[in-house]
Amino acid sequence: MSGSDARSAFRSGVRDVLPALPANIPFGVIAGVATVGAGFDPVQAAAFAGMLFAGAAQVAAVELVGERAPLAVVVLTALVVNLRYLMYSASLGAHFRDLSARWKLVVSFFLLDVTYALSVAKFEGPNAPDPTGAGRWYYLGTAVPLWTAWVGSSVVGIVFGARVPQSWQLDFAIPLLFMGLLFPALDGAPSYLAGVVAGVLAVAGVGLPFNVGILVAALGGIVAGVVAEGVGTGAREVQEQS
Amino acid sequence: MTAQPLGGVSIWLVVVGASVGTFAIRLSFIALFGRLGEVPPWLERALKFVPAAVLTALVVPRLVYLDGALALGVDNTRLLAGSLAAVVAWRTESMLWTIVVGMGALWTLEWLPL
Repeated sequence: MSGSDARSAFRSGVRDVLPALPANIPFGVIAGVATVGAGFDPVQAAAFAGMLFAGAAQVAAVELVGERAPLAVVVLTALVVNLRYLMYSASLGAHFRDLSARWKLVVSFFLLDVTYALSVAKFEGPNAPDPTGAGRWYYLGTAVPLWTAWVGSSVVGIVFGARVPQSWQLDFAIPLLFMGLLFPALDGAPSYLAGVVAGVLAVAGVGLPFNVGILVAALGGIVAGVVAEGVGTGAREVQEQS
Repeated sequence: MTAQPLGGVSIWLVVVGASVGTFAIRLSFIALFGRLGEVPPWLERALKFVPAAVLTALVVPRLVYLDGALALGVDNTRLLAGSLAAVVAWRTESMLWTIVVGMGALWTLEWLPL
């Protein structure tokens, strides 16, 4: 593969990720504001944004820090929020099977909803690039602008976070952000049930010791979804047999 | 029940712990492929529901709790604005519109002398 192939693949990734940036920039600003608001100093907040590169998990974690939750619960909650990356890792792992170990570390670091969705569409679409050749550069082309925009907008939030008047209620943008992510993720009755069960458990679990409410709610919702799907599949099989 | 606020060292532990753990999650199957072949079906079945469950668990308490108490009445402006935003999110699946409408509704409800 020539250097110009790599460059054009990278540029094509950049072009494809640009439409996703406008929604990510306010997310970064809001996450930055929330993070310094929870008592992180500016360096810690910037490091968190750059190293974790996962907005929903970061916001969930810093809120728990603000509520004085135990350290283990904070970290575990962030990891449960990020469990969906296991799915992406599995799906992309098939495409990146033949990459060098070093490249596998690089693509893994940048793996999140947007980079995954764009790359899978590219690798499974027409004229797909070879993931071990131009494809990896396409992937980086989607990832680098996203990471840069995320860290840049986080820094804006960190710097101006203290100056945003309380009356703006900017923290309300956080559940709104999650809603914007939630509805595309709902697909079929079992996933709606998973959401309803998790929502009810989260409300019921607000007073639970050690702030484990979100953890319990998320796991309960996942179990409800799996069970509902199992029941549905079972019922269909019974119908087909009768 | 509530501990002392986390000190500087603990905050760094949160940063490093969550980041390293998340990196391990991202790397998991990308690193294992070739040795593993495929994802265990039971795991795939469970992971499918992670986004729906996690995101709802993060959203709902923020809408129905007001100053630490359950508030399901019309005086809870966040619940009203959030419900409107949920309809927008459902119809448009656009993060930007969801935020614009939700924040706009909240400010309108707060500042209108109703």
